[in-house]
Amino acid sequence: MTIRHPIGQGATIPRPGRSELMAQRVAAARLFLVPMLVVLAIVAGWPLLRSIYFSFTNASLNDLGNVEFVGFANYLSWRTLKSGRTIYTGLLVDAAWWNAVWNTIRFAAVSVSLEAVLGMLVALVLNAEFRGRGLVRAAILIPWAIPTIVSARRWAWMLNDQFGMINDLGMKLGLLSEKVAWTASPETAMVAVLIVDIWKTTPFMALLILAGLQMIPKDIYEAAEIDGVHPVRQFFRITLPLVRPALMVAIIFRLLDALRIFDLIFVLTPNSEATRTMSVLARENLFDFDKFAYGSAQSTLLFLIIAALTTLYIWLGKVNFEGNSR
Amino acid sequence: MPTLSTLAQLFKSAAFYFAVLLIVLFSVFPFYYAILTSFKSGTDLFRVDYWPRSFSLANFVTVFTSGNFPRNLWNSIFVAVLTVVLSLFLAITAAYALGRVRFRGRGLLLLTILAVSMFPHIAVLSGLFELIRTLGLYNSPWALIFSYTIFTLPFTVWVLTTFMRELPLEIEEAAIVDGATPWVIITKVFMPLMWPALVTTGILAFIGAWNEFLFALTFTSSDETRTVPVAIALLTGSTEFETPWGAIMAASVIVTVPLVVLVLIFQRKIVSGLTAGGVKG
Amino acid sequence: MGLTKFLSCTAIAAVLLAGQASAETIHLAAGGSGKQVDHLRAVLNEYEKASGDTVVLVPLPASSSEQFSQFKLWLAAGNSEIDIYRTDVIWAPQLANHFVDLTDVAKDVVKDFLPSTIAGQTVNGHLIALPFSGDAPALYYRKDLLEKYGKSVPQTWSELEATASEIMEKERAAGKPDMWGLVFQGNAYEGLTCNALEWIASNGGGNIIEKDGKVSINNEKAAAALDRAAGWVGKISPPGVLAYKEEESRGVWQLGNAVFMRNWLYAYAPGQGAESPIKDHFDAAPLPKGDGPEATSVSALGGWNLAVSKYSQHPEAAEKLALFLTKAEQQKKRAIDLTLLPTLTALYDDKDIVAAQPIIARWKDVFLSAAPRPAAATKLKYNEASSLFWGAVHDTLAKDGSAADNLEELEAKLADLEGGSW
Repeated sequence: MTIRHPIGQGATIPRPGRSELMAQRVAAARLFLVPMLVVLAIVAGWPLLRSIYFSFTNASLNDLGNVEFVGFANYLSWRTLKSGRTIYTGLLVDAAWWNAVWNTIRFAAVSVSLEAVLGMLVALVLNAEFRGRGLVRAAILIPWAIPTIVSARRWAWMLNDQFGMINDLGMKLGLLSEKVAWTASPETAMVAVLIVDIWKTTPFMALLILAGLQMIPKDIYEAAEIDGVHPVRQFFRITLPLVRPALMVAIIFRLLDALRIFDLIFVLTPNSEATRTMSVLARENLFDFDKFAYGSAQSTLLFLIIAALTTLYIWLGKVNFEGNSR
Repeated sequence: MPTLSTLAQLFKSAAFYFAVLLIVLFSVFPFYYAILTSFKSGTDLFRVDYWPRSFSLANFVTVFTSGNFPRNLWNSIFVAVLTVVLSLFLAITAAYALGRVRFRGRGLLLLTILAVSMFPHIAVLSGLFELIRTLGLYNSPWALIFSYTIFTLPFTVWVLTTFMRELPLEIEEAAIVDGATPWVIITKVFMPLMWPALVTTGILAFIGAWNEFLFALTFTSSDETRTVPVAIALLTGSTEFETPWGAIMAASVIVTVPLVVLVLIFQRKIVSGLTAGGVKG
Repeated sequence: MGLTKFLSCTAIAAVLLAGQASAETIHLAAGGSGKQVDHLRAVLNEYEKASGDTVVLVPLPASSSEQFSQFKLWLAAGNSEIDIYRTDVIWAPQLANHFVDLTDVAKDVVKDFLPSTIAGQTVNGHLIALPFSGDAPALYYRKDLLEKYGKSVPQTWSELEATASEIMEKERAAGKPDMWGLVFQGNAYEGLTCNALEWIASNGGGNIIEKDGKVSINNEKAAAALDRAAGWVGKISPPGVLAYKEEESRGVWQLGNAVFMRNWLYAYAPGQGAESPIKDHFDAAPLPKGDGPEATSVSALGGWNLAVSKYSQHPEAAEKLALFLTKAEQQKKRAIDLTLLPTLTALYDDKDIVAAQPIIARWKDVFLSAAPRPAAATKLKYNEASSLFWGAVHDTLAKDGSAADNLEELEAKLADLEGGSW
C-alpha cells in the first residue's frame, strides 16, 4: 500500500523510526557522494587552485620556480605619472579583454538559443516511431562524433573562397551571386563559426532532449489524444513542461562550452579584435606570449564570468533542485 | 477514392519524412564530402567534386601503416571505455544522493560540481601536467582516464541527477516499504528506468573522451600510449606545410565508424520505460 | 647556475665520462614531414653505429604552434627526458633561458654558416641553437603567361602590380574568370609578419625592430609599403587572401588561377607533380624590390635549428649530435635527398648539389637575401610583438585604418611592451 505524503520539510507520518530512516538516508547519501567528490577534488582541485594562485603572481612559464606574489596587479594596478595623470593597467581595464568577453557572450547567446530550438525539433522527430529510426539516430550523431580538430579544418577548407565547396554549391544553386570570402572578414567569419557550431552541436542537444522526451510516460499522450487535445497544444502543455529539466541541463552544459569556445574561432576566423573570444585570448597569453600570470588571471575571470552567467540562468529559468526528493 | 483525411495523413507523413531527410542530409553531407576527399590526392584535393572521381584505398593504407595506428585505436577504446564506466559508476551513486535525498547544502554542492566545468581546459593544463607528473602517471593511459573525469564527472552527475530527480516518488517508497537498501533501490529500481539517461550520458561521455585532444597530446609522449586524435594530428603530408587531407579524412572515417556502430547498438535503449500510473515492482 | 660553473661541471663530467666510454641514450624532439622524419631516422641509425650512443626520436604534432606550446610546457617543467629540440627560427630566442650556450662548442664552425642564421639564434651574445636547415620564400611566376603577354619577371613591387593587373584582366577577358594576379599569405598569423617584413624591408623601411632593440617601424617607407599591399587586396589578390595561409595560397596557385605567388620553397615540388595543371609552366625568382635607390630584395628567413636543453642529463652527447647533424656532409645529404636548404654558405656552390637539385642553386640568391625576424632582439616577448605587428598589418590590409595611423599606434604599443628593455 503506498501512502502519499506532501514533500514538506517538517511533514512526517507517525511511524516508528521515521527520523532514524531519514538519518540513515542522509548518511547513505553522504557515503555515496564521497567517492565522486574525492576524485573530483584530486583531479580538479590542484589545477584550478593553482591557476587561480598564479593569477595573483608574476609567474612566467620561463621560470616557474621563481614566482612572486603580486596581489591584484594582474587585475588592476595603477601608477601616477610625473604629470599627475594616473594610468590604470590590468585585466579589468583591458579593452581587448572586454571586447573578447562581449564577442563570446554574443556568440554564446545566439548559438545556444538556435541549438536549443533545432535540437528540440530534431529530438521530436527522433522521438517518433518510424522505420529506420535507429539509423537516423546514429547518422545525426556524426557531426558530434568527428574530432573537432578535423571537422574545424575540414570546414575551413570547404569555406575557402576560391576552391571551397560551399561557394561552389551556393553559386550552382543560385543562392550566392559571387564567391564569398567566408573566413576573411569578421562578420562573415562569425556566421561561418555559427553554422559550423550548429552543425556540430545540435546532435548533442538533440540526444539529451531525446532522453528527456523518452522519460515522459506514453500514457499521458494517449490520455490527451482521447481528450482531443491538439498536438501543438500537447507540445506546449505537456511535452515542454515535462522535458524542461532535460532541456535546462542541456542548455547549461552547452552554455558552458559555448562560453569557452576556442577551436572554431582559431581555425575559421581571422585573428582580429572582432572575433576573438575569451579562450583565444587566454590561450595566447598563457602559451604563445610570455604572460602566464596574465593568462591565468584571464582564465580566472573567464571562470567567474561563466559562473555569474550560469547562476543567472539557473535563477531566471527557475531550475529546480528539489524535484521528487525527500 | 482517397478521402481528405487520408490525403492529409499522406501529406503529414511526406512532410515528416522530408524533415528527416533534411536533418540527415545536413548532418551527413560534410562527412560524405570528407570521405570523397579521402579518396583523392594531389591537385584533385583543391577541386570540387560531388561524386567520387577515382577510388583509391591508398590513404587508408597510409593511415594504418604510419605510426602505430592500430595501437592508438586500441588506446582510445581502452581510455574511453574506462572513463565512461568510472564516471557512470561514480555519477549514478552521487546522483541518487543529490537527486533523491534532501540535505543541507545540496544545491551549493551541485553548483560547485558544475563550477569545475567552468574553467577553460587550457588553463588547467599546466596544473594537471604537474599533478600527473607527481603521481607518476605521465605517458600512461591512466593519466588520461584520470584527467578526463574533470569534464565527464560534472556532466554525468548533473544529467543523471536531473533524470533521477524526476522519477516518481511512489516507486521509491514502495521499495523502501519492502525493506530495500539504497544500493538496491539504485540498481534494481531506478537503473532499469534510467536507461535512456544512462545510454545518452554514456554515449556523450564516450565521444567526449574519444575525441579529446589537448590532454592526450600533453600527457603522452610515445606512439604506444597515444590516442587517435593525437595520431591524426601527427599525420603529416609530404612537406611540412601540406595538410595530408587524404590521410586525415581516411583516419577520421576509421575513427568515426566505431562511434556510429556504438550508437546504433545502444540507441535501442533510448526508449521509454516509464508509465505514469501504477507502480512497477 | 652560472655559465662558467656549468661549463666547468660539464668539463669535469666529460673527463669522467671519457674514462668510462659509456653509451648514452639521447632523446631528440623533432617534427617535420613524414619523409623528413624517416630520413632523419636513417641518419641517426648510422650515427648510433658510429658513436655508440642511442638516439630516440620523439614524435611531435604537425602543427608548429602546437609544437611550441609542447616545448614550452616541457621546458617549464624542467623535463630532463628531452635532450635536443628542433626549433623554428623564432622559438629558440624566446626559450633562450632553457638552452645551453653553444658558442664554445661551435666556435670552429660558426663562420661557415650564413651570418643571418647565426645572428638570428644569438641572444645576449649566447648562441643558443645551431642552424639545421634553412628556408626562404620566393616569387613564383607563371613563365608561360609572362611569355604570352611579352612581360619580364618584375624587379620591383610596382612592376609586379602592373604586370599582374594587366595579365589578370586579359586572361579574364579571354575566358578565365577565376584568374588572379598575386596570392600571398594574408591571414593574421606569423606568416603575415614574414610577408610584411619583406614588403617593408625591401622598401627601405627597416626591420620592424632593429638588432639593438629599437622600434623602427613607424616611418614613411614602411607605411608606403603597407598601403601598396593593401591596394592589392580585392584588385589583384582575391578578397579571401586575408584568410590565406601557405596551403590556401598554394591551392589557388596550383589550380592555375594566379599569375604570381609568394611562398616558401616547399611549394615548388607539388607544382611539378605529375597531374599538376601548371607543371613546367612556372619558375621562381627572388622577391621584388621596393622603390628608391636603397631598395633591395628581401626574403624572410625561415628554417629549423637544433637547441640543447639545459635540463638534459647528457649535454655532451647532445652537443656532439647537434654538431654532427649540422655539419656540411649531413646538410648536403639533406639538400640532395629532401630539398632542404642548407645553412652553410659554401654548399650553395657545391657541384653535387647543383647537379642533383638545381632548385637549390636557384634559391641561392633568395637565401642570401634573407633577413631574420626580430626574435633575437625581442627575446621572450617576440610572439607578442609579432602578434601586435601582424594585427596592425592585417587591419591595414582590411582597410581598417590607414597604414600611417596603424603604424603609429603599433609603435606606441611596442614601446609599452618593451617597457624599459626587451
